[in-house]
Amino acid sequence: MHIVVCIKQVPDSAQIRVHPVTNTIMRQGVPTIINPYDLFALEEALRLKDRFGASVTALCMGPPTASESLRKALTFGADRAVLLTDRYFAGSDTLATSYALSMALTRIGADYGTPEIVFTGKQTIDGDTAQVGPGIASRLGLNQLTYISRIVETDLDAGRITVERRAETGTQVLETRLPVLVTMLEATNTMRRGTVEQALSAARAEIVTWNAADVGIEDLTKCGLRGSPTIVKKVFAPTARTDKAEIVSNEGSAETRANALIDALFARAPGVEDDLYARAVHHYV
Amino acid sequence: MANVEDKFDAIVVGAGPSGNAAAYTMAREGLNVLQIERGEYAGSKNVQGAILYADALEKIIPEFRDEAPLERHVIEQRMWTMDDTSHTGMHYRSSDFNEAKPNRYTILRAQFDKWFSSKVKEAGALVLCETTVTELVKDLTGTVIGVRTDRQGNPIYADVVVLAEGVNGLVGQRSGLREEVAADSVALAVKEMHFLPRETIEARFNLKGNEGVVIEAMGTITKGMTGTGFLYTNEESISVGIGCIVSDFAQSQVSPSELLEAFKAHPSIAPLIEGAEVKEYAAHLIPEGGYKAIPQLTGEGWIVVGDAGQFVNAVHREGSNLAMTTGRLAAETVVRLHRLGEEMSARNLKDYETRLEASFVMKDLKKYKGIPALLHRNKGTFFGAYPRLISQAMQTWFRVDGVDKKSKEQAILRNFRQTRTLRGLIGDAWSVARAWR
Repeated sequence: MHIVVCIKQVPDSAQIRVHPVTNTIMRQGVPTIINPYDLFALEEALRLKDRFGASVTALCMGPPTASESLRKALTFGADRAVLLTDRYFAGSDTLATSYALSMALTRIGADYGTPEIVFTGKQTIDGDTAQVGPGIASRLGLNQLTYISRIVETDLDAGRITVERRAETGTQVLETRLPVLVTMLEATNTMRRGTVEQALSAARAEIVTWNAADVGIEDLTKCGLRGSPTIVKKVFAPTARTDKAEIVSNEGSAETRANALIDALFARAPGVEDDLYARAVHHYV
Repeated sequence: MANVEDKFDAIVVGAGPSGNAAAYTMAREGLNVLQIERGEYAGSKNVQGAILYADALEKIIPEFRDEAPLERHVIEQRMWTMDDTSHTGMHYRSSDFNEAKPNRYTILRAQFDKWFSSKVKEAGALVLCETTVTELVKDLTGTVIGVRTDRQGNPIYADVVVLAEGVNGLVGQRSGLREEVAADSVALAVKEMHFLPRETIEARFNLKGNEGVVIEAMGTITKGMTGTGFLYTNEESISVGIGCIVSDFAQSQVSPSELLEAFKAHPSIAPLIEGAEVKEYAAHLIPEGGYKAIPQLTGEGWIVVGDAGQFVNAVHREGSNLAMTTGRLAAETVVRLHRLGEEMSARNLKDYETRLEASFVMKDLKKYKGIPALLHRNKGTFFGAYPRLISQAMQTWFRVDGVDKKSKEQAILRNFRQTRTLRGLIGDAWSVARAWR
């Protein structure tokens, strides 16, 4: 069994700073991490490895420094790491990214065996689109299972997988045929800590590195900025809210508390009382 | 899977300046080196003011200026003694420091250490991050033969373990090689990074280009405790911090953050950081016990470098250069023994201590061996009474108020005598002179 996990190296959003003078994002010195959602995907893959002895390949598209994230994936227990890097990929949106990744997945399939499952996180914390996973699935003609909270059963012989999917209305139990692309929800598992041996071999490992030509991309207009119809129009730093929260007394009967709450609201937003009154009058008259 | 391949020539515990210096030096000489760091990456747990003294690094990586992330080279040193409203300063500024190869730099450790670590990797060492060495593994004779980590799995073996684990020396302690660091020989320093546009920094400190200023301050800012404050100019930020001996904090019950807030609000400091945005807050321990606090440095299969060996010259605010130098010297000893095919025995590793004795490290620490105890014993005098007396003397001297100069002189002397007595003054001078020798 072969599983591929797509991971992305992202800036640690908890440590991102906006330059106080120029108002641009200060990338220098901001630590990078594996997109946290991808870790749930990786752990799920490693669990399948534990159960079925699957081999797990981590795939990442990014600058050469993204090899650090791949090395980390190896430390957790992945068997192989592939970095897809090329300056032609710079500025890729989700369309161009899913194209490049699907080409890399095709080569991975040819070199190391066709994957039964391709995992991704549900989305990244820098782009937040949740489009790349489904994009890969549709390009490669894989069944897709998105927002998965649990893998209930994997039957390799029958080539079937059963999962739980969180939906707005409740939990759906879905079954489909392999091969499949699964995007994992957050908080579905806890990432393990690799052993000494895994950590040492990860530190030593050669990261397989491919460029656009290596994965058979001939039409470079499908890559990077040129292959990306999405345009970033503007970047701005949200200004911190200056208004403060207020705690309304929780003493007394329900009516007292409700009155206190309404008084506080009216005091904060003077127009509301008149507005409500006007509407009430309008309604009843 | 712990096969023969996993026996290393040397394991270095820690990726600070001393560990990096040791790992780099050994790896460059062809040794099979494993460096283990508990932080997510080298530098992620490391905190320093920070000043980089070029000389120590130059002896390891001569061309470092071309690549290392450096902030500003220091052209001016300000030494201040402060009371609550004033400072008396001795400043030394020289354009000689605008040389092709400057002598001192301000740096940001998180960035600098990452670079240093990349050089360690380039030199061929294996660097294992997010892994904590929990204890040393010994054979039946007590010889250290490897380390155990917080990861599941077998121990990792090596001919020698270089303990570059930092001030607390936890691995050494757990392995029975050393005592816990005494609370009166370690300082707790807290610092903040204040971001300001570079033009503002340059205007406030009268700087051009990458020139930088360092302020080291002592006085009532430490509220009677043994300690110092500092302010360093970086490229687009200012590092401000203050630190005192841990046992003094315990005794005074003053909180470090309170101390830093007061220091920042001091009329001599506040205007320098006005309008800045605080982006980072950090705290760290600094070994300040000096020569007398140095633990056992070598044993069967192990060797101690950097802060773990208490190698800090508190008087001159030097530490990272001692760390790099001790790391390099330890590595040179290991490389030599390795080449000769000699054992990493306690006896053979003593060569490191001989190298230390011959270097500025031990010479300086020996020179000032009496200072830490002297300052600590008389902290009220040196960090309270004298700074106040000096400030009052300056105020009396410079204020023009119709009083004749002779009377002013007498008033100043009287103030000194009344506060310290003549015997006290002579005693203080004598003990400082003796400790300084």
